[in-house]
Amino acid sequence: MTLSMPPIPNLHAIAPEIIVLLTSLLVLLIDLIQLRGKKGGLAFLGAAGLALAGIFSYKLLQHPLATDIPGFAVDAYAQFFKIIFCLAGLMVIGISVRYLTLEGFSLGEYYSIILLAILGQMIMASGTHLLVIYVGLELMAISLYILAGFFKHHPKSNEAAVKYFLLGSFSSGIFLYGIMMAYGLTGSLDLSVIAGKVAGAELTGLLLLAVIMMGAGFAFKIAAVPFHFWTPDVYEGSPTSVTAFMSVGPKAAAFAALIRVFSSAFGTLRVEWTTLFICLSIATMVTGNLVALRQTNIKRMLAYSSIAHAGYLMVGFVAGGELGISSMLLYLRIYAFMNIGAFGVVILLNRVGGIGDRIDDFAGLSKVSRASAFVMLVFMLSLAGIPPTAGFAGKFYIFMAAVKNGYVWLAVIGVLNSAVSAYYYLRVIMRMYMVEPGDEPVLNVSTALSAILLIAVVGIIAIGIFPGFCLDLARTSVTSIL
Amino acid sequence: MTITLEHYILLGSLLFFVGMAGFLIRRNVFLMFMCIELMMNGVNICFVSFSHYYHNLSGQVFVLFVMTVAAAEAAVGLAIILTLYRNRETLNADEFRLMKH
Amino acid sequence: MPESYFPILLLLLIVGALASLILYLSRIIGPHEMTDAKAQPFESGIPAATPHHGSLSIRFYIIAMIFILFDIEVVFLYPWAVLFRRLGLFGFVEVVIFLGILTVGLAYAWRKGGLEWE
Repeated sequence: MTLSMPPIPNLHAIAPEIIVLLTSLLVLLIDLIQLRGKKGGLAFLGAAGLALAGIFSYKLLQHPLATDIPGFAVDAYAQFFKIIFCLAGLMVIGISVRYLTLEGFSLGEYYSIILLAILGQMIMASGTHLLVIYVGLELMAISLYILAGFFKHHPKSNEAAVKYFLLGSFSSGIFLYGIMMAYGLTGSLDLSVIAGKVAGAELTGLLLLAVIMMGAGFAFKIAAVPFHFWTPDVYEGSPTSVTAFMSVGPKAAAFAALIRVFSSAFGTLRVEWTTLFICLSIATMVTGNLVALRQTNIKRMLAYSSIAHAGYLMVGFVAGGELGISSMLLYLRIYAFMNIGAFGVVILLNRVGGIGDRIDDFAGLSKVSRASAFVMLVFMLSLAGIPPTAGFAGKFYIFMAAVKNGYVWLAVIGVLNSAVSAYYYLRVIMRMYMVEPGDEPVLNVSTALSAILLIAVVGIIAIGIFPGFCLDLARTSVTSIL
Repeated sequence: MTITLEHYILLGSLLFFVGMAGFLIRRNVFLMFMCIELMMNGVNICFVSFSHYYHNLSGQVFVLFVMTVAAAEAAVGLAIILTLYRNRETLNADEFRLMKH
Repeated sequence: MPESYFPILLLLLIVGALASLILYLSRIIGPHEMTDAKAQPFESGIPAATPHHGSLSIRFYIIAMIFILFDIEVVFLYPWAVLFRRLGLFGFVEVVIFLGILTVGLAYAWRKGGLEWE
C-alpha cells in the first residue's frame, strides 16, 4: 500500500462548491451578530452567492478543466446540474422571504441550511466515488429533514419532518447496504474500477441485489412508485417554500447520481436494470396521475404530480443514450421553472392557518388578480405539457428519444398519462377563470416573489418557443459522460 | 473452526435485517430510529471485514464517514422527535395522521 | 471477483427470513397483557418514589446532542494525526478548514444559548 502526498487540487475547478459553502457560513455568522433583525439582507446574500456559483458553473461548462481530484468529476455534465441547483435555490430563496416573515419564522438559519443542501446536491452531481456520493446525499438529506420541520410549532410540519426523517434514513440505510455489497464484490468504491470488475464478472444474484438496493435508495429520493409513500404527507406538511425546494433540487440531484452510477459502474448490466426502470416508470406515471385526480389540497396534488413527473423522467432514462439523457437534463431544467413557479403562486395565496392550500381557494383568482391567474395558467399548461410552453418541448424530446431508441409503447403510455394529467391541471385553471370568488382572497405580493414568478414565466415561454439553446447545452453536457 | 469472512458478513447482515424488520414492525418513533442505527452498524461491520479481506483501506474510511453521518442524523432526528413530542405528547407512529384525507 | 458469493446470497435470504420469523413469532406467541404493575417504572422492585415525568431538563438533551456531534467529528483528526508528517502542509491546511467549519457550528450553538445549563 503506497501513500503519496496528494497534489494540491485546482481550486478554480471547485469554485462553485467553495462559494456556496462560504456563503452559507457567512450567512450563519452574520445572523449570529445581529440576532434580532430583518433577514432580508441574509436572503439577498444567499441569493447572490448562488448566482455567483451558477455563473462559475456555467463558465466551467463552457471551458471544462482537466483536474485530478480523486472521486470528484468536474465535467460539463456535473456543471449542467449545478446550474439547475443554483437556479432552483435562487428561486426558492426569492419565494421564501415574505412567506417566512408572515408565518413568524424569519430566521437566518433557513438560508444557511438551504445553501448546505445545495452544496450536498452539487457534491452528488460531481461524485465518481461511492463515498463522495453518499456524503453528498446525506448532507442534502439531513438539511432537508431540518427544513421540513422548520415551523416547529406547527404539528403538521413536525409530523412531516418525522416521517421524512424516518423514511429517509431508512432508505439511505438500504442504499448503504447496496454500496457495501458493491464494495464486497469488487473491492473498490470508485465507479470506474467497479465498472471494470463488473464487466469482467458473470452476473450473480448478489450483484443484482446490490444494483437493486442502490436503485431503491435513489428511487426513494426521486419519489418513484413504490418508494413514494412519504411524498404526499411530507409535501403537504412542510412549509410551502421548502416543498418547492424539495420537489426540484433533491430529485435532480438523485437523478444526476443515478445516471452516473448506473451508466458508468453498472453500464454492462444495462439490460437488467432497464427492465427494472421500465416497471418503475410505468408504475410511477400511472399511480401519480390517477391519485392526483382525487386530490383537493393543491400541495398534495402537486406532490402526486411530481411523482408522475419522476415517471416521465425515467422514460428518458430507459431510452438512454445521448438523446434520452439530454432530454432528461432539459426536462429537469424546465421542471425547476414550472414547479417552483406553481408553488410560488400557492405561497402568493397563503394565509396563516393553512388557508390557500385548497384547490377551492383558487376560485375566481382571475377576478381578483388577472396577473397572478395568468402566471398560474402558464405553470399549469406547462406541467400538463401543452404547447407553446416549455413543458411541451420537454415532454416532446423525452418521448421522441423513447421512440427512436425502440420503446414506442413506453412513449405511448407516457403520452396517455400526459392526457390524464391535463384533467387535474385544467381543473385548477377552471377554478380560476370560471368560478366566482368566494371570500375575498388576500394576495401576499412582494417584490422578490413577483420577480421570481416573472423569471419562471419568461423562462417557460422562452424555452418553449426556442428550446434549441438549452437542448444544445444539455447535449454537450451529456457527451462528457457517455 | 476458524472464523472466515463469511461469518462477519453473516453477522453484519443479520444486524441489518433485524434492524430492517424492526423498523417495519415497531410503532414507537424512538425504537424505529434505533432500528435504523442498527442497520447502519450492521453495514459497518461488513465494511470493516471486507476492508480487511481486500487489504484496502477505503472500507474503513467509509465506516468513519458512516459513523459521523449517523451522529449528525441522530442529533437532527432527536431534535425533530423532541419538538414533535412537545406538541403532540405521543410517540406512536400510528397516531401521526393529521394529513390523511 | 474473488469467488462466487452465491452461498452468501443464500445465507442472506435465510438470515432475512429467520429474522422476520423470530420477530413475527414473538409478536404472535408472546402475551400482550398490560397490567398496572407492568406500566410502573422498574426501580429494582422498590415502589417508585417520584413520578418519572419531567425530571430531566430539556437542556440535558441539547447538551448531549451537541456533545455527540463534536465528539464524533473529532474522529477525523486521528487518521490525520497518524500521517501528520507525510501529509505535510496540505493536510494541515485541510484540517484547519475542517476545524474552522466546526468552529462556526460551535459559535452558533454558543450564541444561541445551547451551551447554557440554567
